[in-house]
Amino acid sequence: MAAAGAAATHLEVARGKRAALFFAAVAIVLGLPLWWKTTETYRASLPYSQISGLNALQLRLMVPVTVVFTRESVPLDDQEKLPFTVVHEREIPLKYKMKIKCRFQKAYRRALDHEEEALSSGSVQEAEAMLDEPQEQAEGSLTVYVISEHSSLLPQFCPPFGSMMESSPIPEEKQVQLSWEYRLPLFFDPQEPLTSLTPVSVGYEITFSLLNPDPKSHDVYWDIEGAVRRYVQPFLNALGAAGNFSVDSQILYYAMLGVNPRFDSASSSYYLDMHSLPHVINPVESRLGSSAASLYPVLNFLLYVPELAHSPLYIQDKDGAPVATNAFHSPRWGGIMVYNVDSKTYNASVLPVRVEVDMVRVMEVFLAQLRLLFGIAQPQLPPKCLLSGPTSEGLMTWELDRLLWARSVENLATATTTLTSLAQLLGKISNIVIKDDVASEVYKAVAAVQKSAEELASGHLASAFVASQEAVTSSELAFFDPSLLHLLYFPDDQKFAIYIPLFLPMAVPILLSLVKIFLETRKSWRKPEKTD
Amino acid sequence: MAVTDSLSRAATVLATVLLLSFGSVAASHIEDQAEQFFRSGHTNNWAVLVCTSRFWFNYRHVANTLSVYRSVKRLGIPDSHIVLMLADDMACNPRNPKPATVFSHKNMELNVYGDDVEVDYRSYEVTVENFLRVLTGRIPPSTPRSKRLLSDDRSNILIYMTGHGGNGFLKFQDSEEITNIELADAFEQMWQKRRCYHFSFSYNELLFIIDTCQGASMYERFYSPNIMALASSQVGEDSLSHQPDPAIGVHLMDRYTFYVLEFLEEINPASQTNMNDLFQVCPKSLCVSTPGHRTDLFQRDPKNVLITDFFGSVRKVEITTETIKLQQDSEIMESSYKEDQMDEKLMEPLKYAEQLPVAQIIHQKPKLKDWHPPGGFILGLWALIIMVFFKTYGIKHMKFIF
Repeated sequence: MAAAGAAATHLEVARGKRAALFFAAVAIVLGLPLWWKTTETYRASLPYSQISGLNALQLRLMVPVTVVFTRESVPLDDQEKLPFTVVHEREIPLKYKMKIKCRFQKAYRRALDHEEEALSSGSVQEAEAMLDEPQEQAEGSLTVYVISEHSSLLPQFCPPFGSMMESSPIPEEKQVQLSWEYRLPLFFDPQEPLTSLTPVSVGYEITFSLLNPDPKSHDVYWDIEGAVRRYVQPFLNALGAAGNFSVDSQILYYAMLGVNPRFDSASSSYYLDMHSLPHVINPVESRLGSSAASLYPVLNFLLYVPELAHSPLYIQDKDGAPVATNAFHSPRWGGIMVYNVDSKTYNASVLPVRVEVDMVRVMEVFLAQLRLLFGIAQPQLPPKCLLSGPTSEGLMTWELDRLLWARSVENLATATTTLTSLAQLLGKISNIVIKDDVASEVYKAVAAVQKSAEELASGHLASAFVASQEAVTSSELAFFDPSLLHLLYFPDDQKFAIYIPLFLPMAVPILLSLVKIFLETRKSWRKPEKTD
Repeated sequence: MAVTDSLSRAATVLATVLLLSFGSVAASHIEDQAEQFFRSGHTNNWAVLVCTSRFWFNYRHVANTLSVYRSVKRLGIPDSHIVLMLADDMACNPRNPKPATVFSHKNMELNVYGDDVEVDYRSYEVTVENFLRVLTGRIPPSTPRSKRLLSDDRSNILIYMTGHGGNGFLKFQDSEEITNIELADAFEQMWQKRRCYHFSFSYNELLFIIDTCQGASMYERFYSPNIMALASSQVGEDSLSHQPDPAIGVHLMDRYTFYVLEFLEEINPASQTNMNDLFQVCPKSLCVSTPGHRTDLFQRDPKNVLITDFFGSVRKVEITTETIKLQQDSEIMESSYKEDQMDEKLMEPLKYAEQLPVAQIIHQKPKLKDWHPPGGFILGLWALIIMVFFKTYGIKHMKFIF
């Protein structure tokens, strides 16, 4: 009886042990991984290896160059050698001790008939006009015309549409190569530190403001719409590859500059010296409404007509001499020009006096400031090279090329660092959620960077710039997506506080029973040893 | 965990090395390092001023923030570069005996509210999430420019926070908290974005000032470089308020900010006072608590750092010396002028009433609201009542209902 009872309890105990073991097994094998999987932060897969590969991307720029020889410039026996192609690689040092490999693919050829005609014409303008029409120059390419030294188109100069003229008696390979060495750095010499230039963006907002602090004395009229249509829009169209531009204008009355000008008795005029200029902008800026305009970077151009009590007003440079343009600009913000009313208009003593603003003078200054704000400055000319002036649009194609090159490289650098930062951040802070659309933006950005680098290496500047802008936009969208803040901070002690009340009541009996089973089995192993 | 850590560290080192060797126009460490030791390489200044407390008796926190706002504006930072977050409106509070004013000094000497205060985040918009979004730049695209911190890697940012705090946290709106780790992570995210140089929500140098109880705990966990931090009290100490005003009925300012403001009133945009003087402001005898500061993450020596590097604003200006030549087109100008004159005569001024569909607005029918089932509270109450009834009298009484 007792044995049967003991056997029954033994069975019970065994069953109990098996049940406890089974519970523990389910909890550990099934439950723990399930809990881990369902509580981890969602991270869509990202191409980490490709992102780190982007850092090692070697940028190569290719410039397709065509060298055209006219009949007189080349002796006959050398003409046999044409046409041929030479590839010339060079490392161009940029600022900050960085270098970019630049590859000049030079195709030498003889001049075509219409080109011969053009180059034998009497004046430079005619030659330019005739050469410009038939050829559609791709952005980023360069054409060099070699003319004989007896040609009437000398002295040498560099015409505006991405072509150069040079004369050499014998077009030896060496001579032409020598001239490359100092000519092409024209394109890759950023003179301004890039941080003071207008930031790269998809679009820009340009605001022209007329400040009239004294409407009682001056009734100012400016034909801004006409001026924009006539002068600014062509310039912006020429610069169109660099971004979308939108222009607006406003007139502000009773807007004072924050600084009181001083009186100079020698010239009986008022002046603002250089040190007070930085304080001029801040009081005016709040009234410009630039924050309401758009989300794009805003460039403000202010035309200030000084009040009657402070007329005429000049801006002095650090030597105390009045500035010819009477204007100054601030990088990344815009420019201010002071427009003095001609004293002859005060003869009729009826106030307010009607003032018609000479928009040509004003726009010359504003467009020059716009060029400076974008970093299009006069390059250092190599010797024996003359630069012809800008066209009616105010922008030469090679200046635009230079801007696009610099911006493409900058965009690629920015996109790469954004993606790398994102990858590093994800490694450091483990609680950031990456949703699927963010991951797709990252993939797009990586693809765009690679495409842009390829396009640069094959010399297609326009598509490279567009691809680089896409890369920057996608990488910024991915990095600054609002959803990345979702589960940002989930500290460990709070995690314990949440899970302990759930798991501890369940875990304690399981653990205790496991411990008990283990101790009993150990005892039962030892027992046979002892009896033996 | 350790493996991933070391792997990620190795990857970081590798990435950094590769980045430096990459032919890009990245930061100019080599050339400007010498300069950076003596001058801050910043080109613009931003300020984020946060008051986190609501309710009338926390008047002093709003007054603190507005006083710092005034000083910062006086020293040159424009409104477009200041993000001001006030959790409650004291000037137009119904309990304010002097409406439209916020005073920072007893006897109503100084009204810091003024005419041109621009509050960017007000009232319930001041939340931990919005604050972190402003710092890291992860803002929804519809946010206006004035609510964004559009700093770049050459910006010096001043962050001032005040309110009620404790060991390791700062209380927002009496309902949530921001911890020091979250703040440190946010700054790290800003630092990570530094290597790009356009609107990238990063910073060149950051000055963090906090005026709360146990304020020093908030800067303990910072780990990003180029941060200098000041706090009004150490861990375990309370920051005290300065003086009550019997006319208004509340304390007007906190001690630490009061003495900081006295110090700032003597600074003008051209002064050469440095950070070491700011550290001496409000010793224990005046402040009762011990102000603390942290400079180990900052690269430059505090005695070389000017107050105006953070509180003032530098605006680089260049004289325009060149112009371009434009061809005058006088004919087109004259004809367009005539056109404009004619246009002006023909245009009738639009009347306001005709632009708005007033009739439609006034005679709108009220919208039918959707029917919602009764709320949980009512249901619960009834369930309780019924349960009690049946418990007391037994289930057989149900037949009296049906």
